[in-house]
Amino acid sequence: MASNEEILAGLAEIVNEETGLATEAVEMDKSFTEDLDIDSISMMTIVVNAEEKFGVRIPDEEVKNLKTVGDAVSFISNAQA
Amino acid sequence: MSVPTLKQAPLHENTRIMGVGAYRPDVIVTNDDVCQWIDSSDEWIRQRTGIITRHRAPADISVIDMAEGAAREALQKAGIEASQLGAVIVSTVTHPYATPSAAASLADRLGATPAPAFDISAACAGYCYGIAQADALVRSGAANYVLVVGAEKLSDVIDNTERTISFLLGDGAGAVVIGPSDTPGIGPSVWGSDGSKWDAIGMTGSMLDLRELATAGKQGGALSAEEAAVTDAAVWPTLRQDGQTVFRWAVWEMAKVAQQALDAAGISAGDLAAFIPHQANMRIIDEMAKKLKLPETVIIARDIADAGNTSAASIPLATHRLLQENPQLSGGLALQIGFGAGLVFGAQVIVLP
Repeated sequence: MASNEEILAGLAEIVNEETGLATEAVEMDKSFTEDLDIDSISMMTIVVNAEEKFGVRIPDEEVKNLKTVGDAVSFISNAQA
Repeated sequence: MSVPTLKQAPLHENTRIMGVGAYRPDVIVTNDDVCQWIDSSDEWIRQRTGIITRHRAPADISVIDMAEGAAREALQKAGIEASQLGAVIVSTVTHPYATPSAAASLADRLGATPAPAFDISAACAGYCYGIAQADALVRSGAANYVLVVGAEKLSDVIDNTERTISFLLGDGAGAVVIGPSDTPGIGPSVWGSDGSKWDAIGMTGSMLDLRELATAGKQGGALSAEEAAVTDAAVWPTLRQDGQTVFRWAVWEMAKVAQQALDAAGISAGDLAAFIPHQANMRIIDEMAKKLKLPETVIIARDIADAGNTSAASIPLATHRLLQENPQLSGGLALQIGFGAGLVFGAQVIVLP
């Protein structure tokens, strides 16, 4: 079971690897599309890698609800619970 | 009464790809052309898909014409006469007749008659399905030499104004000849389907829907306004996809299938000379390569940049180009994987001719 801080750090690594963004830029209140400029294909790549890293399943229909980094962290945290 | 023992066809232990041929139609459609039809930009399309141009065929060039062009080159490269072919397989989803098959006509044009000839419908996995069948036919002794063609005129089944798939697609044909070999040249096929995702890529309607709409009210006399509206609504079915679902499936599930094909062949990624995935989207290709942890020495086919996504034709077209640009790859191992509408998938490790 990972803490929210650990999930955030893990997500930041995934985002960094996909987009080259600095891990510090990946903060809880940042919007994936507006603040981090992540397109839909990168978003799917991040989702696929997050599923692998955190051992959770993020359904396609859920992806559009993950607007901010915080949304993704709480979804992963709940899914792990 | 004694029953005589049957003779069965003699087996071949090994098979290989003997030659590759390609046909690329000469109408070039650029991203700027595409942007006349959809609100987009050259930069956006390159970034999202890696596509710079696609080749499309003019009205007077058919799937069979393109198949013939690719097949003739494959036969010539293989050093095989059409009359030696024991089967002709065409993989296509765009031959515009439910029957008769493109393959029967192609066999006749090539001079392969009376070789058995049939089409297969496995969309972007069609070429790898064809290789799986050709390999089995030759090894079982059912045929000595088999022609496998992937040929598509996708421009006939697109709607230039929609944004999910049309702008990715191109036309073309690629062909190979498979025959017996002294050494193993085609690894075990890892192939399958997942029809639970039947809706993820496909046509907007069936031919029956089209008939119903097109004939409504056409029973003689003038059409009422209502009948005319229905008749006007009759639209030729075109392709659509749920891009996110397909992208995820391609990257996640297909990387596993590709790995299974390596395992089944008893080799590892480091043994490969080339990786030739279906040319669906550059981002899928890049992501699969990452998931497979391909070393930098493995040359990755990126024909999609110029050719677009040509469905069943994409792998043989990409193979043809790879061998043209890197003749030293001949004799090396390549991992090929096709995946698409069905959903269906197929993968093999092959020795490049």
